[in-house]
Amino acid sequence: MFKIVKREEMAEGTVILNEIDAPLIAKKAKPGQFVILKANEEGERIPLTMADTDPVKGTITIIYMVVGKSTALFRDLKVGDSYQDVIGPLGKATHLEKVGKVACVGGGTGVAVLHPITRGLKQVGNDVLCIIGARNKGLLMMEEQMKAASNDLRVCTDDGSYGHHGFVTDVLKEALQAGDIKLVVAIGPVPMMKAVSNLTKEFNVETIVSLNPIMVDGTGMCGGCRVSIGGETKFACVDGPEFDGHKVDYDELILRLRAYQEDEKKCLQDYCTIRDAK
Amino acid sequence: MAETADKKVTNTRQPMPEQDPKVRARNFLEVPTGYTMKMAQEEAARCLQCKKPGCVSGCPVGVDIPGFIDLIAHGDMTGAIRNLWTKNALPAVCGRVCPQEIQCEGKCIVGKKGEPVAIGNLERFCADYEREHGTGELPPKAAPTGKKVAVVGSGPSGLTVAGDLITKGHDVTIFEAFHKPGGVLVYGIPEFRLPKAIVAQEVNFLARLGVNVQCNAVVGRTVSLDELLEEGYDAIYVGVGAGLPRFMNIPGENLVGILSANEYLTRANLMKAYLYPKVDTPIPIGKNVVVLGAGNVAMDSARTAMRLGAESVKIVYRRSREEMPARKAEIHHAEEEGIELFLLTNPTKYLGDKDGRLTGMECLRMELGEPDASGRRRPVAIKGSEFEIACDLCIVAVGSGANPLLTSETPDMQLNKWGNIVADPKTGKTTKKAVWAGGDIVTGAATVILAMGAGRDAANSMHEYLTLGW
Repeated sequence: MFKIVKREEMAEGTVILNEIDAPLIAKKAKPGQFVILKANEEGERIPLTMADTDPVKGTITIIYMVVGKSTALFRDLKVGDSYQDVIGPLGKATHLEKVGKVACVGGGTGVAVLHPITRGLKQVGNDVLCIIGARNKGLLMMEEQMKAASNDLRVCTDDGSYGHHGFVTDVLKEALQAGDIKLVVAIGPVPMMKAVSNLTKEFNVETIVSLNPIMVDGTGMCGGCRVSIGGETKFACVDGPEFDGHKVDYDELILRLRAYQEDEKKCLQDYCTIRDAK
Repeated sequence: MAETADKKVTNTRQPMPEQDPKVRARNFLEVPTGYTMKMAQEEAARCLQCKKPGCVSGCPVGVDIPGFIDLIAHGDMTGAIRNLWTKNALPAVCGRVCPQEIQCEGKCIVGKKGEPVAIGNLERFCADYEREHGTGELPPKAAPTGKKVAVVGSGPSGLTVAGDLITKGHDVTIFEAFHKPGGVLVYGIPEFRLPKAIVAQEVNFLARLGVNVQCNAVVGRTVSLDELLEEGYDAIYVGVGAGLPRFMNIPGENLVGILSANEYLTRANLMKAYLYPKVDTPIPIGKNVVVLGAGNVAMDSARTAMRLGAESVKIVYRRSREEMPARKAEIHHAEEEGIELFLLTNPTKYLGDKDGRLTGMECLRMELGEPDASGRRRPVAIKGSEFEIACDLCIVAVGSGANPLLTSETPDMQLNKWGNIVADPKTGKTTKKAVWAGGDIVTGAATVILAMGAGRDAANSMHEYLTLGW
């Protein structure tokens, strides 16, 4: 059992932070790696990339948006409650190297995943420009932490309620036009990572994205998370989750993410009906 | 043949009662329902109690077959299970999933003139009787040696090593990457062939003997082999299996509705998706299902799809019935349940709709040519024989390879060109000091009992190392 030692509701109460007691994982985890969590005996296995780790305290932090039954189940866990299973650290760690000026671009809960990577890239000596975005001000996450983790922070909202009115790609485009960006890391919804990759391709700037396909085991034994990278099939759980953004078949990923759409809707509905009846 | 001279033996064995095919094709209950005490004793009486039993030599872990059968014949069930446990920690599993026809039963002398003694059924009966009536008496354990052993992977070979070494007095910890122990016994083999409660019971037997089982521990990620050695483990056994699914590498493979058998069966068995929505893991339900491959994993996948409500399930295989690697009994069970065999057929391309969902596949008819290196006749495509099979779910069961997750983190352990660990065939010793390996990670995908045999050999070698210190 993996106890929740801290819980926060962020961004309009639909984004939840859990700090979880998992000393073995906290000791080993590096930026870019993920864990698989399962709430209880009947629960499914869900992958989430770690937003932070504290090897001294022996804890890991995950941040997730409530989008379906399993995340609703996670949301209903209180401090002192436990996840039945937490497995990790999984996947390859981010390759952190000094290249000069770097742009870290995050959207939605992708900002949480981007946080340790941004910090890591700054720590190895890069000049880090961080661009984060959300649909509106209420959904914007971790502004303070991202400011601390980077050299320069720009904020965007789709509705203009805060910061730049528009997409992260607008701000990134200006930065790319300035000409000195050597590397872009983009993490967020698939359409956003696709848009960023299309943009950086025009400027011929290397781009890393972190993919979020459906996973079951997370250890390379099922291939449920397979993605096409430059025409080759890769398993995101062991070969990734980070890949060259210019080689990803995003359209295939979007279709594959929809495989269980109907089941997911029904499962969440049933859960809410049962919970509300109580 | 002197032994057979003055004893009359019926030529036919006690049949195993089974669920009706029409009923069982739609439920997940076990197909064979097991012997009664009377049936078991009648079957046990067919054993000739050979002085030099062929059956024992046919068993990879050397179970004292005439011994435990004699105890059943005399109604001593406590004695019978104790006898089994001395050689085999997993009798309920082996009685169900071993290919007895090519092992113990294949060597039974009664089988020369009629049907061999139903050794598997009797082993199963014994273990089930113990589970239901539980004498609670554990086999004896040697005094503690003070040596610590790590077993990586809780599949059949790891469980065998753990059972052997704990009874020899060592302190044993199993590290399992999944949230439940059992390896292929829990994620691969379906409930209707091997109920998961039985696997849990056999693992629990090891826990009662003192084996520590740590789940959610991905060796290679959560902890490395070197860290285990630094932490004070004196020896390590690696039994991580062949958990890397192979695909056909033909166009359209990433369409929605194409799953590896590993994924399909893991969802169904480990995550119990057949109970969805009572559990949270979904599983795709196909109307027209195609399973590629013809091994036991293919049979398990096809029979699972049928039970989940498919209208049609086809097994597509490029060779003929002769070459099918699955057990005859499993092929028979599958056909009884309405599964069709499409033999000498090879898929060349998957077809999908605009939403990226599978709608069918293009296939070629094959004919058998000259034997290849494996001695099997090579399938050759018949020109112009293209045809389509409509399907909305395809399960790829064309084999599995070595998962590099652990070995890629262990550069000082030698691998062969397929990524399997190089280990001494007699002892399981790897090229890395204090590390042994066995089962599918060494041999490639094989059977439960061969993995157990490898575990037995490795455990003996590890015991020598731990006690004599060579």
